[in-house]
Amino acid sequence: MTKTLQAVIEQTTTQGNKAFVPYIMAGDGGLEKTKDTILYLQKSGATAIEIGIPFSDPVADGPTIQQAGLRALAQKVSLRKIIAFLTTIKHEVKIPLVIMTYLNPIIQYGIPKFISDIKEANIKGLIIPDMPFEESSIINDVLVPDDDIALIPLISLTSPQTRIEKILHESEGFVYAVTINGITGSGSAFSQDLQHHLKKLKSIAPIPVLAGFGISSHDHAVIVGENIDGVIVGSAIVEALHLNDFATIDAFFPQQTSI
Amino acid sequence: MTTTNGRFGRFGGQYVPETLMTALIELEEAYNEAKKDASFNAELHDYLKDYVGRENPLYHAKSLSKKLGGAQIYLKREDLNHTGAHKINNALGQVLLAKRMGKTKVVAETGAGQHGVATATVCALFDIECVVFMGREDVKRQELNVFRMELLGATVIPVDAGSATLKDACNEALRYWVANVHDTHYILGSALGPHPFPTIVKDFQRVIGDETRRQILEKTGRLPDAIVACVGGGSNAIGMFTPFIEDQAVKLYGVEAAGKGIQSGEHAAAFATSKEGVLHGAYMYILQDDDGMIQEAVSISAGLDYPAVGPEHCHLGDIGRVEYTSATDEEALEGFQLLTKTEGIIPALESSHAISFASKLAQTMSTEEILVICLSGRGDKDVDQVRQVLGGKSND
Repeated sequence: MTKTLQAVIEQTTTQGNKAFVPYIMAGDGGLEKTKDTILYLQKSGATAIEIGIPFSDPVADGPTIQQAGLRALAQKVSLRKIIAFLTTIKHEVKIPLVIMTYLNPIIQYGIPKFISDIKEANIKGLIIPDMPFEESSIINDVLVPDDDIALIPLISLTSPQTRIEKILHESEGFVYAVTINGITGSGSAFSQDLQHHLKKLKSIAPIPVLAGFGISSHDHAVIVGENIDGVIVGSAIVEALHLNDFATIDAFFPQQTSI
Repeated sequence: MTTTNGRFGRFGGQYVPETLMTALIELEEAYNEAKKDASFNAELHDYLKDYVGRENPLYHAKSLSKKLGGAQIYLKREDLNHTGAHKINNALGQVLLAKRMGKTKVVAETGAGQHGVATATVCALFDIECVVFMGREDVKRQELNVFRMELLGATVIPVDAGSATLKDACNEALRYWVANVHDTHYILGSALGPHPFPTIVKDFQRVIGDETRRQILEKTGRLPDAIVACVGGGSNAIGMFTPFIEDQAVKLYGVEAAGKGIQSGEHAAAFATSKEGVLHGAYMYILQDDDGMIQEAVSISAGLDYPAVGPEHCHLGDIGRVEYTSATDEEALEGFQLLTKTEGIIPALESSHAISFASKLAQTMSTEEILVICLSGRGDKDVDQVRQVLGGKSND
């Protein structure tokens, strides 16, 4: 059965559009602001939203998201509170939400309870940046198809072909193509090989391919997204939200503003 | 490709971003080849002998034994190694491995600065570019080691994130490695991190235990009754314990840092809290709150200031082969002064935790029994800090 998340992305691309998935840090500025942000991004035309969970030691993240996480933690936000909050707004949210969290908060939460609670909160996908597919059984063994939660695989520029094929074999939702060898938000130093890599990935992936890490503007997103199904933008959105700079956010949705 | 992902019971594993997985797989393959290569082992052995100064003595501390009135105490003198601690054993092994893999740069994290100095030293020796991340707090506590690393040609980058100590330096080193993985090797300094690091570090440190076993048999004709080592991440302890694991009669004790006391909550004793989770690529016992946020470790000793304990130690504790206990800052300071006054050997504050526990254990043992302490490093680096804590006065 095709997961909802995948179906929504495919619906977007079938209509000739690219999927656009903004990342936000839950609790940065407080959970009330997070609610306003989710509804704003939904109205602006986001395909789905990635909800970041703050963690004390985010090794895959650059300074922008690290700082956002620290601000959220200072607001006393936790995975428990965020899931409870997402449950309260689930009827207002019409687009798929995807949780991005490091593994340790889930382990403390209790994995079976975490899965059943995010299902209740209508979460449609899960991204765990410190859980490569070799270790994914810790979550996969608890998930059942009926949960309709896609465990999103990450593929990097360093992943060899045989490994990519193995990862794709079990994947669902969409493939998260990491576009730089580096942490989130580390500039726009895209490698020469990136387009080639993404094109190749797209040609073998059975599910949509979205790229993320280091995409800083709409123009940038257009270039990166050219040969694939869409993009994920994190640090640039997180920083703009922190500064209440809605012009920068709106610039990622040109099809909306031109209407 | 590995099928077990380096598990020790349920501990260990490879919880890292996808970008690093290929590097870990390559590292494991390169390491397994090197281990079988006689020329690699010969080169390592030569440097350990002529550069590090191994084998170092197993010293019968008669004055200390007599003063305590119990077991015969032997000290494994890792403090006499070049650069003053056991850290050089691993740094040397890994830099030879990096060279073999064609990596031109090395990144490392450091707490007390001992691993950073050891890494900067071997990088100077082999003309390899070296970047060391060190928590801002530790940079302050260990100014001299920072200068030492810089003299050796390393770039020391202070880390302000989080608690600005060892765990945060590890985060930064991992981030740096993610971004520079094509030409950089990460020399992890303790028996921590994703597979294969805990195994590589153990193998390069087991020279401590191998020598100890040979030396105690030569000197006394039998194995010791007990062995004590301090545990931060646990590299000197795992190196010391490994050759004795099968000898069930040899009791093994790992001593964590209890900081201001376990009850105070301000300590670095991950075993004491029994909370499991994932940090820096491995499943381990970790100091953390109920939401899974990693807590700051507190210890007078920068080298033990890590909120988790290496995965193999977690397993050895779990199956009951090693008993893990702890010593407070105050007890460590007592151990520091005890060894200094009775034997004229100034120990590192890290090792002082082992001395403190061992001195209590020795008193419960007979004068016929043998107790070995891993004296993992020398205390020159700590003298200034101890002077400040004691207010210039030492206890008599």
